[in-house]
Formats: sequence, C-alpha cells, structure tokens
Amino acid sequence: MSDAVITAERVWQVLNTINDPEIPVVSLVEMGIAREVQVDGARVVVTITPTFAGCPAMPYLREQIVEQLRSIGLEQIEIRTALNPPWTSDWISDEARSKLRQFGLAPPPRHTGQIEIALLEAVTCPHCGSKDTVLDNAFGPTLCQALHYCRACRQSFQRFKPL
Amino acid sequence: MNNTQNVALIARLFSLADDEFLLGHRDSEWTGHAPLLEEDIAFSNIAQDEMGHALMWYTILHERFDQPAPDRLAFWRAADQFHNATLVELPRGDWAFTIVRQFLFDAYEQARNDWLRRCGYAPIEDAARKLAREEIYHLMHSQGWVLRLGDATEESHRRMQAALDLAWPHALGLFEPPAGDEAFGAKLPEIQAAWRAAVEPRLVQATLTIPGAATAIGGGRLGAHTPHLAELLTDLQKVARLEAPEAVW
Repeated sequence: MSDAVITAERVWQVLNTINDPEIPVVSLVEMGIAREVQVDGARVVVTITPTFAGCPAMPYLREQIVEQLRSIGLEQIEIRTALNPPWTSDWISDEARSKLRQFGLAPPPRHTGQIEIALLEAVTCPHCGSKDTVLDNAFGPTLCQALHYCRACRQSFQRFKPL
Repeated sequence: MNNTQNVALIARLFSLADDEFLLGHRDSEWTGHAPLLEEDIAFSNIAQDEMGHALMWYTILHERFDQPAPDRLAFWRAADQFHNATLVELPRGDWAFTIVRQFLFDAYEQARNDWLRRCGYAPIEDAARKLAREEIYHLMHSQGWVLRLGDATEESHRRMQAALDLAWPHALGLFEPPAGDEAFGAKLPEIQAAWRAAVEPRLVQATLTIPGAATAIGGGRLGAHTPHLAELLTDLQKVARLEAPEAVW
C-alpha cells in the first residue's frame, strides 16, 4: 500500500475518466451517475445511481470503477446503488450536453417532470441546427435514445430521451 | 420488522417482480419479428425496461429478505413458485393482443405505483419512484396504438375486440392480493377503481366494448397458473439450466 493519501477529490477525478460505453464522450460524473464518494484510508465507498433501470451499461461501469480505483492504490472499494432521488436527465451537465451535441446526439430538454411535452418540443438537429424536425420513434437503439428526423437536412438523428 | 410484515413484503415483491419479468420476456419475443421496424425497436426497449424493473424488485428480495440472487430466482424456480398474474404469461398472440395486454398492464402499473410510492416501506417507495418516469413512455406508446387500431379497419377492430375479450378477465386477476399482504390487499380495490377510470374511457374512445360481465381469472398470485407459464419457463430457463446453478448470467 502506498503512503500517499488518496482524497475524495482524487477519486472524483478518476471517476470523471470513466465513460459511458454507449456514449463514449461523456463520463459517469457528467452524466450524474456518480453521486457520492467517501474515502477512509484505503477504503472508499462510491454511491451510484442507474439512469434507466434496465441499462446494460451499469454492470460494465461498476467493473470500471473498481478497476480504475484499484489502479490508484485503493484496496477496499464498495459500490452502493441509491435510487432516491431517482436519476433524471436534467442532471446531465451543460458541458456534457455540448459534448453530446458534438457527438451527433441531441441532448435532452430540461423538463421538470413533463416528459410527454418535452418529448414533442421542437428538437434542434445536431447535424444542421434546424428545428424543422419530427419525432419518429420514442424508442431507439438504446433505452436512453429516441429517433428523430430532420426535414431540413433529411437525415435521421438520435436524441437522449428526457427522463 | 416482525415476521408477519416480512411475509407480506416478500409476497408483494414477488408479485411485482414476476409480473415485470414475464411480461418483459413476452415482449422480447417480438425482437426480430414485429410488424414494423419501429415496433421491433420499441418492444425490444420495453422488454428491456421491464426486465430492469424486475431486477430492481428481485434485488430488494435478495438484499433485504435473504432470498436467492436475482438470476437464481429467474432461472431456477418452477411455475408454481411464480406469483405473477396470468395476464403476463399468456402467449404473445397477434399484434392486437400484444398492444391490449401492454396497455392494460401499463395502466395498472401507473395506478399501482401511485400507492407503492407511499406504501410505507422505503426501498419499495424508492424503486416505484424510479420506474415511474420510464413507465410514462410505455403507457404513451401502448395507448396510442389502442386508439389507432380500435377503429382503423374492420379487421383491426375485430382483432382488438377479440384481444380485449381474452385479456380482460386475466387483467382483473392483476388485482388479486398477494398471500399475506393485507396492506396491499386492502388497497387493491381502490387501485382497480383508478385503473378502470383510466382504461375504460380510452377503450370506449377506441370503439371497443368492455366485457362488463367477465369475472376475474385469479390464482396467479398464489402460484396457480395456466399451462402457458410452464411452457414459457421451459424455453426461458433452458440455457441457464445447462450450466451449474452458480453460473452468472
């Protein structure tokens, strides 16, 4: 065991390098998945919260957290799952939203619970910036994405769903 | 918690988990087979959501009530150990039946969650709040299809009505109380009233006739199932049972 003291801040830095496997441009910190870090010597407790309950990326993210924290010298790593308050796409940071847009995935609208309305609001096409777009399917290639179509550039695109 | 409360919560959690797990499986049977590509995607998503919700309930059973791990509960129980309502074990049928069943179940989940969110046991309350927003998408989708197909063509109307006639008595079985769960049991008539108030106007709007004289087909919550469940489980559990019981899936 190394003598260097590992701070919670250091753990947050490491967590910020672990990216969502489906959307590799954003980290689990920017997504609001990592919620709390408690460090006590070589022991750390990381509390995470799932995005969609059935998201198959969660087991992978848990493995990554253990692996990456072990690599900086932490030995006892406990991952807790908290469901309360439930994750919402409103927690995705502004920086992550612009990264999503650059990645070609329209970011979710901030909705404060009115999902049906948010889903149908004019969505800006991440390819050409037009708002002349329509919802094609509220379900998409992953649980967190909906399919939209841009009438201006005639391309389909995905948007992170409001949740 | 005393033993009576434990028995009640375990029964409640199995009824919640098994409903979601089996409906998720039936929905997944459309993957690669749905009538439209969009619906293939939609029902694959909904199946995955329902499986995720089942996993949440099984995890509470495992972590807080000393029950076997989720995979063990899913793949190593026999039909009479499942506590789902018979609605979710019926074969996927045609597209009309799939839509009608999903709609009746989604509306039940919403009415049920309104109570679960304040049922007095925090882990269940948290999980019910967690899945509520995901369920908005399901209900929006199934309801849209009910309205679209109910009066679209003579054939779609006939198929939707036949689906409703078949599903309705089994849907009433959703409100059968889990054994020993008096708190949930006492609320179920109220939950059923809320469910009826939600689904009946939509079905009428879709020009469908509610089978008013039908009586509930129960037994599922107590482990008495149609032969379809054993058939489903043979298919679902086959691969897992080729491995040692401790294998991780």
